[in-house]
Amino acid sequence: MQALVVAAHGSHLNPDASDPTYAHADTVRETGAFDEVREAFWKEEPHFREVIRTLESDEVFVVPLFISEGYFTEQVIPRELRLEDWDPEKWDSEGTDASQVTLEAGDADKTVHYCGPVGTHDAMTDVIVQRAESVTNDSDVGEGVGLAVVGHGTERNENSAKAIEYHADRIRERDRFDEVNALFMDEEPEVDDVTDFFESSDVVVVPLFVADGYHTQEDIPEDMGLTEDYRLGWDVPTEVDGHRIWYAGAVGTEGLMADVLLERAADAGAELGNAVERVRAMTAGSDDAATDEPEPKAGN
Amino acid sequence: MADPTTDLESLLAAADEGVALDGLLVERTDDGTYVLETPESREAGLEGEEIERALESIPSLVSNWRYWDAIGGEGTARRAFLRWCERAPPTEDRTLEDEPLEVPERYDALEDGIVREWGQLRITGELVDGGEGERRYELRHVDDADRAREELERQENPRDARELSTYDGDGRYRPLKTAPTLRSGWVFPELSGRELVDAVEFFYPATIANWHRERRGELDVDHWLETAERQTGIYDVIDELPREAVDWMAEACCVDSQCLRRREWEYEEGDELEPEGGDGPFPCREPCSLVVAAARKWAILESEAERTYELEFTTSELNQLAELIDAVADGRTDEIREADVNDGANRYRARYLRAKRFDGDGGLEATKRE
Repeated sequence: MQALVVAAHGSHLNPDASDPTYAHADTVRETGAFDEVREAFWKEEPHFREVIRTLESDEVFVVPLFISEGYFTEQVIPRELRLEDWDPEKWDSEGTDASQVTLEAGDADKTVHYCGPVGTHDAMTDVIVQRAESVTNDSDVGEGVGLAVVGHGTERNENSAKAIEYHADRIRERDRFDEVNALFMDEEPEVDDVTDFFESSDVVVVPLFVADGYHTQEDIPEDMGLTEDYRLGWDVPTEVDGHRIWYAGAVGTEGLMADVLLERAADAGAELGNAVERVRAMTAGSDDAATDEPEPKAGN
Repeated sequence: MADPTTDLESLLAAADEGVALDGLLVERTDDGTYVLETPESREAGLEGEEIERALESIPSLVSNWRYWDAIGGEGTARRAFLRWCERAPPTEDRTLEDEPLEVPERYDALEDGIVREWGQLRITGELVDGGEGERRYELRHVDDADRAREELERQENPRDARELSTYDGDGRYRPLKTAPTLRSGWVFPELSGRELVDAVEFFYPATIANWHRERRGELDVDHWLETAERQTGIYDVIDELPREAVDWMAEACCVDSQCLRRREWEYEEGDELEPEGGDGPFPCREPCSLVVAAARKWAILESEAERTYELEFTTSELNQLAELIDAVADGRTDEIREADVNDGANRYRARYLRAKRFDGDGGLEATKRE
């Protein structure tokens, strides 16, 4: 038997933080590729600490629903899962290369394949592009359009910016959008000045965040000048300094994220049958595949 | 539904390896005959048709075996929990069940429904009519015990438990799944065994696994100090929380009125915390993430030095402060009637105290004594 554990941050304060985690886990459940699928959290339940014991499977694939390699993927998750002999060196990564490492869990007789975060997987590039298609409602979006991939960025963790730049570079190489730039919340180049970095009149802005929350629904829209006050909401697109800004909200809510979970597990040796193809078909061009809800007007 | 003929065939096939469950024992011996043992009798040397006739005369034992054979998962928490649901003797240790029911009594009881409570969940196990021992489970809130099923919001998919457990009756987010604030008014009328376990796991994650470990004497408790010393980052400070503050914290957060898990962790091995651990069926094996996050706040607050202040209060005003703290701590503020000015935590009373005793900076007028 094999199990998938989706390891996410969760929140004590915001009930919506775990919505994408549940939605993508449900999409994977629908494929039947795993005997068991569990969500696990740092701030919700089941906690990382107690998730492994809830499984009957002896092979467990743990995929962190995090954007970059760093404190959570290297310290918190392995420690709380009791992964024996874990050492970040085992990922042999320069910041965006972590694939998987096979370890034993200290509290259960199981083999754990600890995977790199979803945010640095190559398949994530496709999710960003699909997010741009979703927000513009144009499956060919690209020509005459600029794309901004936005990250938190932080001086404490250089990998945070590396993940953003990695995908921006990959999308730029595809020659699909007229311009592609990586922008950040708290380092240069800053998302506040988004229109300074683009010549295209239409700019799609995709924040590389796992869930919508304070940053993606309050900070960034106000900083970019989409709205005076996030509580008033904003239009998609919104005119700012002569550019039309198509603000996508967190990429992590895109249904295709479930594909990245599967890709991570497949790279680690999970037997998936045709699950990848099924998930791609299920989530093609749709938001929140598993919930089937229409996209609410951003910011409301 | 199961076919009784197939039941017999699969039971006899299993008898090659030996069948032993809940008083039914069937073995195929080297000479190809069968041994059949029930709580009432023991027969040996039974040939093909004889064993079939004998088994047909004990349909409850046979269908009971079939149900548990289909449930499978020998030694798993899932199986142990489902057996607990119908007060079946645990396979490994009969002393774990206060009043274990043998198959005849259990089948009688299942006709009416066997009720178990798990936190605020009420589970009723029943036999499916004509289902050859197949069980169905109804799941509802304990507060809805006496309500007609039709009055309750009908739920089918175990995953819907996630939505039900996210908000309390007032629509507030429940970050702690085992807080005694589960909203009522819903029912899962017909869950299979596996679906029941899934639903319970969504309501109260990991409780079944930890309960099972505890029953087997294998619960791995991490006491306060172990948990606190493991923390890093912004939670690195929590191991500095003074010893007595950990008692206050457990009294604030971990008693039954706040969390239905039964606290099994102490300050450290051999140093028990003062407050009661609680009475719930499922254990709490280490401080949860809410306790860790709150502990950080208290560790920072407790690092401040105590000082002596001089404030002017009438005796009644001093008592009113205590009433205000009590009302907030007991979550009672919503219940205080608008015009009940006899209650010290009444809003008008609090506003009056503020008007009278606050200074221009919006705080209590107090003088620090050097």
